[in-house]
This record gives sequence, structure tokens and C-alpha cells, in this order.
Amino acid sequence: MAQFDLTVNGRAVSVTVANEETSLLTVLRNELDLVGARFGCGLEQCGCCMVLIDGAPTKSCAKPIWSVAGKSVTTVEGLGTPERPHPLQRALLDEQAGQCGYCLSGIIISAKALLDRNPAPTRAEIASALDDNICRCGSHNRILRAVERAAAAQRQGAAPGEAP
Amino acid sequence: MSAPALTGALAEHPALSQWVAFPAPGKVTIFSGKVEIGQGVLTAMVQLAAEELDVAAERIAIEAGDTDLTPNEGFTAGSQSMQFGGVALRQACAEVRAAFLRHAAQKLGCDAGELTVADGRILRQGNATGADYWTLAAEVSLAAKATGAAPRKPASDYTVVGQNAARLDLPAKVFGAPAFIHDLKLDGMWHARVVRQPRRGASIAAIDEAAIRRAARGGINFVRHGNFLAIVGSDETAVEAAAIAAEAHVTWAGVEPLNPLQQQAASLLQQPSIDRTVGPPPAEARGAAHHEATYSRGYLAHASIAPSCGLAEFRDGHLTVWTHAQGPFPLRANLAQTLGLDAQNISVRHVQGPGCYGHNGADDAAADAAIIALQMPGKPIRVRWRREEEFCFEPVSSAMVVKVRAALDDAGRPTDWTAEIWSGTHSARPGSGNLLGAQALPSPPPEPAPHDVPDVAAGGAVRNGTPLYDIPAKRFIHHLVPETPVRTSALRGLGAMPNVFAIECFIDELAERAGQDPVAYRLSITSDRRARAVIEKAAAMAGWTPGLAAGSGRGRGIGVARYKDRAAYAAVVVELEAEEAIRLTRMWCAADAGLVVNPDGAINQLEGGMIQSASWVLKEQVQLATTGIASRDWETYPVLRFSEVPEISVELIASDSDVPLGVGEATAGPTAAAIGNAVAHALGARIRDLPLTRERIMAALLAGG
Repeated sequence: MAQFDLTVNGRAVSVTVANEETSLLTVLRNELDLVGARFGCGLEQCGCCMVLIDGAPTKSCAKPIWSVAGKSVTTVEGLGTPERPHPLQRALLDEQAGQCGYCLSGIIISAKALLDRNPAPTRAEIASALDDNICRCGSHNRILRAVERAAAAQRQGAAPGEAP
Repeated sequence: MSAPALTGALAEHPALSQWVAFPAPGKVTIFSGKVEIGQGVLTAMVQLAAEELDVAAERIAIEAGDTDLTPNEGFTAGSQSMQFGGVALRQACAEVRAAFLRHAAQKLGCDAGELTVADGRILRQGNATGADYWTLAAEVSLAAKATGAAPRKPASDYTVVGQNAARLDLPAKVFGAPAFIHDLKLDGMWHARVVRQPRRGASIAAIDEAAIRRAARGGINFVRHGNFLAIVGSDETAVEAAAIAAEAHVTWAGVEPLNPLQQQAASLLQQPSIDRTVGPPPAEARGAAHHEATYSRGYLAHASIAPSCGLAEFRDGHLTVWTHAQGPFPLRANLAQTLGLDAQNISVRHVQGPGCYGHNGADDAAADAAIIALQMPGKPIRVRWRREEEFCFEPVSSAMVVKVRAALDDAGRPTDWTAEIWSGTHSARPGSGNLLGAQALPSPPPEPAPHDVPDVAAGGAVRNGTPLYDIPAKRFIHHLVPETPVRTSALRGLGAMPNVFAIECFIDELAERAGQDPVAYRLSITSDRRARAVIEKAAAMAGWTPGLAAGSGRGRGIGVARYKDRAAYAAVVVELEAEEAIRLTRMWCAADAGLVVNPDGAINQLEGGMIQSASWVLKEQVQLATTGIASRDWETYPVLRFSEVPEISVELIASDSDVPLGVGEATAGPTAAAIGNAVAHALGARIRDLPLTRERIMAALLAGG
């Protein structure tokens, strides 16, 4: 058994795992009941499990828990709630940008990381930032429009959610 | 006057209580045998019910795909949920509304014709009566059967149907709430992975349990039943690590190697086949001009964004299964057969999964969980396939070869048309195929006799195998290849994508021979009013002008079809740049989907179908090795990424039909054909084999240059 302390969505947590190689994604989903980051491949290829680690978008499915000790992790649950949605969440709903929706958690995280470093991205820059995320249903254009809409809303000073 | 006959699911489940309930004041529950697979069907069903019951959509909850609760509506497949499931639910709701109005009229001593419903409240000549669905619910028996006599609301009165509705399931997915079967947690649940039998008939020769336990680095258990081997335990990380290690530490006997060359569609031509011809006998005029060309496509994966997942619990002789499969009832029947249980003792519940485009691993993962649960009574079992497992073991879509031959008149129009189609089956769903895990059990079920989806259900390989154009004689020759190197089954559109690709590329070749513009040529041989309308509309949207020179590196092309010859019409125009690789720049689509319940939802589906088809055409092919499927991940099975998706415009053509036509599969064929035609236009040379790889582009350029 090994114990690791980290911050998840602004909250200090301590997790105990039998195997320190246990992935961050498995800890989030199975130990912390945060299922927003989804399992897609376990191979760091599809982006469904994307989270922010100290602000950097990172695939969590093969990220060993020991490597995030002492760090700050943000998942989609940490961005907003139905009552106080993050502009990206609001924009995705406004654009009805999804079909099965399985990829959206990871896409929201990738898009947040983009908007944090580039508040006025072009369509091509958004697409490029999302190339690490696979959408299989073909909602790409709606998602791109939603990110543009969220960027515009943020620039106009719409109240952000509970984003750190 | 006799009532119109009940059809489909409502005829099989006529009791109104199977479709509608009023569980609490102000609340309505509707029941559907159709399930959410990412296509937005639940939202559209609620719209239909809200409209026909005259109740606000917000009051309506929907139960879908539960063998204990909902009608049996078979599979959610074939773009039929609206056309059949929606129509059944709509009539059931009309019958419920009529039953309440009859009862209220009796109580009020008035004519039912004086009564209307407004958000569940019953009005008499527009005035409140104090009665509503909920106050009368105890007095109106919904055990009554639908008669088909209840009048439906005329489409001109619709206020909900035909309006954009926000997807009911989307918020949970945007906020990261539990939304998918992968998120389901049962008390005391154990995780499980199956050590897959590499091939039907293979048997376990040796298991190095010690090595697997070492790799697990945590507590695991083995469950074995015949050649079905699973690893289970409470720690998912240990179970997963053990499953990965087991690939090297379980030895199998009786594994026939595959011939990797069989990944090429052309290898189908060398296989034995069961042949039939449908259509008039050939009556080709002697001396008439002919044109012939052969098209092909490789095997395709569904490649859902997440691997399949299934949960099961066997307690007190009753098996409960949670699945994201498309047909809870057919799955239950197959599980009963496989497990030797009575179907009454099995409950199958649908839970949403990753986007589903056909028969993927969902049924098999549910069966895996059920097989393990039966070995461990009282213990809830969760099986989640690995990504590699999904790619290697889900049923794939058969490769196909389509050879088209036509006799032409003096104006270059086809007078006699033959499509010769080679393909494996597109039908191995529960009921017509075996569950994967069942094949490893001590007495595996026999292989089903060779078959494909019957023609009355629009066929499998021959789906859309006949062009919609005015041609005096049309026929197809179907070569069903029973032995394919890997298991094949239904993927979005089945044979429609390769067939429409072949037909519509061939039509462009005929137009070129005749020296005509592709749009004008199509219109000259199309009398179907609705087909003409989508062609004209798509061309107008794209600003189509005849006479653009071929071979400039920029191209545009069109493709059109009516899915299954009975669902939605779609015409797609594609604009692209082709040099060594292909870059899509714009796509347009015009569709006639009959009565559209949720226009935004329909557009979303049509656009999704276009993007997925573009991905198939440009990138996708299952790779084989001697050991099995070699394209095991997203690097070896790449799909279209965000930067590669072009801007897309979709428009729906207003229709006077009151029947909603499925749209999920309507654009796959036309998009593939439009890309094929646009590439031919850009390169000045035609590529007839999919996917359109760099090698094929270079070869076409060399041959053409």
C-alpha cells in the first residue's frame, strides 16, 4: 500500500493504492468517484481522459499516481456545474455540440488549456489544439463553433465558472 | 369505417400501459424499446409524445430498452427508430389521449369533440374543466389496447415536432456526471477481463498462473469455463495488468494462422461463394456500347470511442445484465440460449455507451459478464474490454467488391445495368450469430448457416445495390462469401456505402463518356421527384457550375442515394484538394428525411455520417497479420482528426410526408461517392479502391500522367 497526497479540483485529497503505478484516471474514477474523465483507450491516444495537471492538459489513463503526488489536478467536474457552467460547457450546450458525448470531457479540458494560453484562437488553432482528442461521431464542427463561442464569451467578460 | 391496422411494435404490444404511464401528479413516463446510441433518439421520442399527448416535454421521462419495462422493439438499427419506433409511440400516445378524452366527456356529459388538452389539463371549449390526466389516471385503464382508430394530430397543428430540441442526455456528458455504462458502479462489484480465445476452436494448452499473478501486483482470481478464461478481482489495475500479461502467458492450441493478404477486398473473388441473381434477365442490345468498372473497399472497424463494457449479476437464480447493445431483447434471447437459462430469469437493461454505429463488441462484453457472473453467484461483475480487444475482436464490416456493367444508348444513358457484389455477411447480431464468449464454452453453439440480412429488410451486402435512376433493366448478382478471415457484421449502412460509392462513381464515369456535367447527367436519368430535389438543392448550395476542368489538383464531386430505397434521400457535394494527399475543403448536403421531429438532431446525424464516411474513405482499413487483426490502436487504425474535417453545410428539404425517415445512415454512401468523384476530378484519374491511400493516389497519378 502506498499513499499519495494531491489536489483535485481545488480540494486536498489523500489516496491509498495497492500499486503505485495505478493510473491517475483509475484513481479518479474508482477511488474518488470522479467519472468525468472517461476511459477511452488506456494508451494515451484518444484524449477522453484528458485532465489538467498544474494547468497542463495531460492524458491521465497511463499517468502513474506517484507522478502526480503534490500536484494539482483539474477534471471536467472542476470547471463548472449545471448551475454555474463554465463558458465552454455553456457553449457546448448552446451549440448542441455532441452526439454520444463520450469525448466531450477530454475536449473541454483541451479547449480550456487552449483558451488559458490563447484567449482569441483562430478556427485552425482550435482544431490543432483538439487534434489530440478523437471524436468518432462527427461532431467536430459543432465543437469548434462552441469553442469559438466560449472564447468570445470569455473575452466579453462572461462570468467564468469555478475554474481555478 | 374500419380503423387503420396497427403495425409494427404497437401491433405486437397493443396495451397502452406498455407505452405510457402517469406515475405521479404532473409526471408522464413513456416507454420505448429503442435505445440511445448517440443519435439523440430519446429526445425525439419525448418530442413525439409531448406533441401527441399535449403535455410539456419537461414533464416526460423516458424508459428505454429494458426487458422488464419496455416493449420489445428488436434492435435500434437501420435508421428505423423514428420510422417505426417513433410512429408506434406516436400512435400509442394518440390512443391514450383519446381514451382520456372519451372518459372525461362521459363524466362531463359532453361530446369528446368539445374537449382539448393543454399541458395535460383537459379543456372544454377552451375552458378549464378541473380534470387532467393525473386526476383521471385512476379511472382510465391503460390496460386497454390500441385500436388504431384514435386520430393523430394533423402535422399542421404541430408545435413541438419539427422544432429544434436540446438533447436531454447532453448536460450529464458536458458536466462529467455518470452518463455511461462505464460509469456504473454496483455494490461489491468486481472487475473482470477475458483472456480471449484467439480463434474459434482454439483451446487452452497452458496457463502460467504464477507469471500472471506476478504481473498483476495485486489480488486476482481466475475463472475458467471450458476455453473461456477470465481474470477477476476488486482492483481494476491488477486485473488489467494480469489481462495484458496473459497474452504472453496463456498458450493456445489449434490456432490456425490467418493469411494477411486476405485483408485485400480483391481476395474475396478467390473465395467460394453462394450466388444469386435478382432482377430481369439480361437483354442487352447487340452492338450497344458498354461500360464496366470494378470498385472495392477493405474491412472497416466500428472503432467506437471507448471499448465495450458489460455488467452482470446472478442472484437467487435471476441474471441481470447491463449493456449498451442495440437490442436488449434479442441479447436476452441469445443469453438464455447460451447460458441454458429461461429468458424469464434474465433482465437486460440498456445503459448508454460510446457512440455506436452498428454491431460492435457491446453484446459480447455483456455476454462475457454474464458468463462470469453465472460462475460467481451473488457477485456483480463488470467487464470492460481493453482498447486492443475491441479492435481485435469486435465484428468488423466486410470488405466488398462491386463490379458494375451497363449497356448504353446512343445518348450514353444506361439501358441495362448489372451490379455484381462480393461480400461477407453483414449480419451476425444476436439471433443470427453467436456471442463471442459462447464459442469458448464447453459446448460451443454451432456456427450459423451462411446468411445475410434478408432483402425484405433492405439486404446486407446488396443494400442500395440498385441505382435509383431510370434504367429499363436493373439487376444485381450477389456473391455471399461465407468464409471471411475475421468475423463480420453490421456497420452503419451495411453494404450501402460500398454500393453507393460504386454506383455513383460509375454514373460519373458514364457522364464523362457522354461529355456531360455530372449533375445534369444525373437529372437527365432521374424522374424521382424527391431525388431530383436533393440533387438540385445540394448543387445550388455548393454553387455548382458545369465545365470545371479536371486534373487541376482541385476537384468537386457529387453523390446521391435514397438509403435502403425507403429511408431518407441525401445528396452530398464535396470540394477538395488532391496532390499527394487529399485535403477536404468543403462538404454540402441536402436531405429529404420526410417528417423531421428534431431538425437540429437530424442535421447533427447527417453531418456526423458525412464525417465518419470521409474518415472511412480517406483513412480506414482493418489490417491483418497471421495472428489476427493487427490494427489494434488509434495509431494503426487512424481516423479523421479535427484539423482534417472540412466546413460542412446541411439543409433539410421541407417535406409533405408525415412519416419520419431515418437519417443516421443516409449520408455515408453519398459522401463516399462524392469524395471519390471529387478526387477523380482533381487528379484527372480515377481511384476505384478504398481507402484512398497515398500509395493509390501516387499510382493513379503515374498511370494517368
